[in-house]
Amino acid sequence: MRHLIGRRDVLAGLGSLFAWSYAPRISSAAGARDPRLLVVVLRGGLDGLSAVVPLGDPAYTARRAGSEMAQAGATLPLDDMFGLNRNMPALAEMYRAREALILHAVATPYRERSHFDAQALLESGFPNLMRGERTGWLNRTLQQLPRGERLPPPRGLAISPMVPLIMSGAAPVETWQRQSFRYADDDTVARLLDLYEARDPVLAEALRRGAALDGVMQADPEAMATPAARLAGLPDFTTDAAAAARIMARPDGPRIAAISYGGWDTHNDQGPVQGQLGRGLAALDAALGALRSGLLPVWRDTVVAVVTEFGRTVRVNGSRGTDHGVGTVALLMGGAVRGGRVLADWPGLAEHQLHQGRDLMPTTDLRAVMKGMLAEHLGLEPRLLGRDTFPDSEALRPMQGLVG
Amino acid sequence: MTAPVSLTRFGLLAPPGASPRGDGRDDVLAQLRQPTTLPPGHGLPDLVEGLRLHRARAVEVAAARREQRRPDFVHQQEISAAEADFRVTLAVNTRLPLHERLSLHWGNHFTIGTPLSTSYVAGDMDRTAIRPHMLGRFADMLRACTTHPAMLTYLGNDRSVGPNSPVGRRQRRGLNENLGRELLELHSLGVDGGYTQEDVVETAKILTGWTIPERGPDGAGIVFLADRHEPGARTVLGRRYPEGGEEQLLALVEDLARHPATARHVTRRLVRHFLGDGAPPDVAPALARVFQATEGDLRAVTEALVAHPASLSLPPAKLRPPMELVLSVARMMGGRPARPTLMNSLRALGQPWLGAPSPAGWPEEDQAWASPDAVKSRLDWALQLAGGRDPRFDAREVAEAVFGRWLSAETRRTLARAANGGQALALLVMSPEVQRR
Repeated sequence: MRHLIGRRDVLAGLGSLFAWSYAPRISSAAGARDPRLLVVVLRGGLDGLSAVVPLGDPAYTARRAGSEMAQAGATLPLDDMFGLNRNMPALAEMYRAREALILHAVATPYRERSHFDAQALLESGFPNLMRGERTGWLNRTLQQLPRGERLPPPRGLAISPMVPLIMSGAAPVETWQRQSFRYADDDTVARLLDLYEARDPVLAEALRRGAALDGVMQADPEAMATPAARLAGLPDFTTDAAAAARIMARPDGPRIAAISYGGWDTHNDQGPVQGQLGRGLAALDAALGALRSGLLPVWRDTVVAVVTEFGRTVRVNGSRGTDHGVGTVALLMGGAVRGGRVLADWPGLAEHQLHQGRDLMPTTDLRAVMKGMLAEHLGLEPRLLGRDTFPDSEALRPMQGLVG
Repeated sequence: MTAPVSLTRFGLLAPPGASPRGDGRDDVLAQLRQPTTLPPGHGLPDLVEGLRLHRARAVEVAAARREQRRPDFVHQQEISAAEADFRVTLAVNTRLPLHERLSLHWGNHFTIGTPLSTSYVAGDMDRTAIRPHMLGRFADMLRACTTHPAMLTYLGNDRSVGPNSPVGRRQRRGLNENLGRELLELHSLGVDGGYTQEDVVETAKILTGWTIPERGPDGAGIVFLADRHEPGARTVLGRRYPEGGEEQLLALVEDLARHPATARHVTRRLVRHFLGDGAPPDVAPALARVFQATEGDLRAVTEALVAHPASLSLPPAKLRPPMELVLSVARMMGGRPARPTLMNSLRALGQPWLGAPSPAGWPEEDQAWASPDAVKSRLDWALQLAGGRDPRFDAREVAEAVFGRWLSAETRRTLARAANGGQALALLVMSPEVQRR
């Protein structure tokens, strides 16, 4: 007799998908913790000076004269020196709740101006372009997570059609992409599973896992309906963020995930408040808010890190945009983040203070920030951080006091 | 028992009733003897028209900004959609599906992507730089792809200026190393090809001047602008290239194409693409010897690949990448269904048109497309596609007419027991026979 696999079996949950349930928890002074990390990669080079605005630097208004950013009411106050772009109220609220930490004048070691190469460095974690080996620091982080000896490495999650470089490597990673089509009905899934089990075990395993992952989304149709935060005229970053949060918040969900958003390469008509960049920041803010509310049950043990490959020129160019630069901002958010601060060894924006006379001089190495966060949040060993996670960075001290 | 290799390893399935009788190898070999250049009359932009659209867009965007109105121009996406549609129509009607497979393979070897206006001239690159040479000399394809405006814009060479050239001195502009690096790493020698960072910089200097001018009488096609070219002799891989403008690149490309590392890298990729990760270790070196002996004659190399016993003995291993799947299903169904649209299909299946994640192109590992979400998305897509089928379409009949005795008993039984015609078609599309090659 023909055996049809029932829905219960098909959607057996994510335990096997992310292979973590039995892994030991990370112990710390505060007791056993079960930390989660989500890295948000902003592709294209975010203009940090329009997101977190150095209003206290007299050179700023001079260099960005005529920009929307110079208008009154364009920012929300952060401290004596910085204001936050007014399109980011959710981030401002997290900042006030001391859950958001902003780092400014940050950069990877990259000093040229190619997106490809800059993203390769940001995601690989290598000190320079080492061609050939295309693996990412977040995958190496997965491999270093403490686990029982015979357990397989925990699986990561990438919200994208393909595993991005930052998540590429030896540790297994699942992908999830928003589906534009209706989900397959259980009956068809079961019939196909039957066929695959007889003819193609690899496809059978993949289909079972894929159906389970989609089952999580499907279980609560409201979660995948048009989210309230999807605002007219804004790019929709929220749907993916809500999905990531939903999968990650599950007890058997992945502990490490990556998501990326494009649209930051604002060469023309940047419009930091009402234009292209303003809309992008508003969409990002909505997504960050969705992450917080989706991850609320585990927010205490979660860090969301937002990074970009480089900043943009300080001066506005001839087409009211900005070109590829160096120093920019990075964000850490989460219940355990020691937030409510802007950490910056501010280099100044006067001509002689700029990198090559045009860019915000980086004074903090992004790798030091990430190493500090990984050490404090995930309990990774500093020795491995400087050797494996971010190769050849032994001399670069992990930043302290970020999380915990 | 596996289906003929002309449907699987070297093909894109077939319309019902068109499958060969035997193992399909002779059918594949016969296709290798046919010319690969597409006849004109397809109505898609050639290089001149593509560059005109590209410039017209820039002019219109600037004018619209001045006049504070919405710009009106032929959008890149319109051209991309037409180009992608053209490829499906070509695949559905062709008697040379191997040529479509070769065009996809070499298009991935010489990956170009969406940035800037690459899409206006991407189709031309396939038609003029890849197809005419994919069974010809590798050196010719390497030269044609390296200097094609689609590649020049994709890897930023159009903005690369020799720092000591007249333009470089006047505008204080400099080198962009991207194309130089990828030419060595991805397109010719391979990452283990023994070159250094110094070779990359020297290659980038040799490449300065190859660009697309914004306007002017020479603005019609591939151009070399001497006033951007870094003056002086260059040394790459220990070989000296005397000062000589565009001749420097042409000489370098000939040498790269003849290099043993290139023979090794190019044939390795070819073997991996067609035979899979499990190819016996002697196949690629055997092909590399043919490559070297024939100075990169791709017809001879491809023939050696098809004729190798492993081509027949290895079972289908690879999941068809989404583009191949879409083309194969369209051939099997006798035409592309109107819905879901081609662009949506490719995006949902994870291989958006011109959207490769990096210059290294789409991944080649056997299981690259077998991730859980990807497989599930294929099923969601298949059901969507089945929902819009012609009601007379009978998946069981089509399966017999395409695969006949090569259809597995399990697939035949699964189709026979399907709850309805739509489900049957979706299950056929998802069967291992269609999914793997």
